[in-house]
Amino acid sequence: MTPEPVVQTIDLTRRFGEFTAVARASLTVAAAEIFGLIGPNGAGKTTLIKMLTTLLPPSSGQALVAGFDVARQPAEVRRRIGYVPQLLSADGELTGYENLLLSARLYLIPRRERHDRIMSALTLMGLMEVRDRVVRSYSGGMIRRLEIAQSTLHRPAIIFMDEPTVGLDPSGRRTVWEHVRALRRELGTAVVITTHYMDEADELCDHVAVLHAGRVETVGTPTELKASVGPTASLDDVFEALTGTAIEAHGGYRDTQQTRLGAREHS
Amino acid sequence: MTPNKHALAPASIPRRSVLTASADFGTQVLAVADAEVRKLRHDPWELLSRAVQPILWLVLFGGVMTRVRGLAPGGTPYLEFLAPGILAQSVLFVAIFYGISAIWERDLGVLHRYLVSPAPRVALVIGKALSSSIRGLSQAVVIYLCAEAMGVRLSFEPTSLLMAVLLIILGSGLFSTFSLIIACIVKTRERFMGIGQVLTMPIFFASNAIYPIDLMPGWLQRISSLNPLTYEVDGLRAVMLQSGQSAFGLLHDVAALLAASAIVIVIAARMYPRMTE
Repeated sequence: MTPEPVVQTIDLTRRFGEFTAVARASLTVAAAEIFGLIGPNGAGKTTLIKMLTTLLPPSSGQALVAGFDVARQPAEVRRRIGYVPQLLSADGELTGYENLLLSARLYLIPRRERHDRIMSALTLMGLMEVRDRVVRSYSGGMIRRLEIAQSTLHRPAIIFMDEPTVGLDPSGRRTVWEHVRALRRELGTAVVITTHYMDEADELCDHVAVLHAGRVETVGTPTELKASVGPTASLDDVFEALTGTAIEAHGGYRDTQQTRLGAREHS
Repeated sequence: MTPNKHALAPASIPRRSVLTASADFGTQVLAVADAEVRKLRHDPWELLSRAVQPILWLVLFGGVMTRVRGLAPGGTPYLEFLAPGILAQSVLFVAIFYGISAIWERDLGVLHRYLVSPAPRVALVIGKALSSSIRGLSQAVVIYLCAEAMGVRLSFEPTSLLMAVLLIILGSGLFSTFSLIIACIVKTRERFMGIGQVLTMPIFFASNAIYPIDLMPGWLQRISSLNPLTYEVDGLRAVMLQSGQSAFGLLHDVAALLAASAIVIVIAARMYPRMTE
């Protein structure tokens, strides 16, 4: 028997007035897989993640995450998921250890287990040496790894990561990828990751869903998707074949500014 | 990858006892407040800089006004009348701008972290209110020291001190949660700055903080009787001073503050999660 999928959605839709940010998305994410949502800024990736993490109620459709309904049982969903938002979620004024302690308490990890869980999360994410430094002094990659550590403490069935490598240099990105893989290997956690870097999706993900203008255009393994377009195709070519536009053509000054400043993505 | 077209059947919610739920609630409230204490420990300068304003009020305003005879009721020296008012004032001023930091946390993303956690929204709001109380209490230490140095006969009875702590926690929590509601409505820091200024003046002057209610015109007396700051000041007057007396009764003051706090907490818990939308 295969284990229950960690995410199941049917026709999940979110509208903002006249604008439909996510239209009838139907997706399944299996246990312990790394699932990529790819598409340019404004494709609906963040809106989809916000619905799955209970931050935004769906307009219509249904979603089960870790077996619970996001609209009707949000508290139960929140107990079982981790979330690494695109923006900062570690507090710069606290040390790495203190940030983890705050999360451990919010997620109700029993007092006698807290210290050990925090230490093993710090080890897993390679942050032992810097645990007593305030996070303000961390590099971008270290902050990301701390945020991933925060999201793992309560051993969630699934972790959602929204553009986890935006703004990181190539070596910082590689380290984050390695740690995402370690998470799945060591803890059996499923990971849903949004990205507009096609190489990231190709390298990291077991399955990829291509989003364009709020719609799920296709779902498959990176290999399947590439093979469907041509023998030497890249995921960029897949995107272009599906939507008729190149992924780089998207995103003007506003998107660039948002990426650079790390400001709020249009929800 | 396409799921079946029937509606999905969610799992049933596991049962938790009331006792476990309350203990969890307490843990989560204290987690939020504890993070604030740690931040202040890393950077205590903010607390010190905030202490300047109440000292100036006591020394400058108090120093001049104490020469006006008959301003304070029953022949109390004006400085004694003023000290609890200034304490309440600084509790208000620190708390009322709390909403700015809530908006700042939203802009950074830290708010998302709280909202995706399993902590009930009410626990988050109460935890944040307690965080603000910690700042209020640090102000109190400064004002007690300053007033003592200026010859105000303060009461250091344990019960009085304990009641003062309770009143400060209630007052800070009340005004900071009120501020959080405003933040949820205006949503940007720029707009909040303007509104914060507009709010503090009437709350402060339509209270008994720096003059007795008897001196006010009738319409202002009626407004001040609806102003929670009036009860904060009245309660503090009763417990801070050796000659302390409450006009409404200490129990009445505490009840008024508790009721107002309960109202704003319920409203804030509904509005807070919508800040991320």
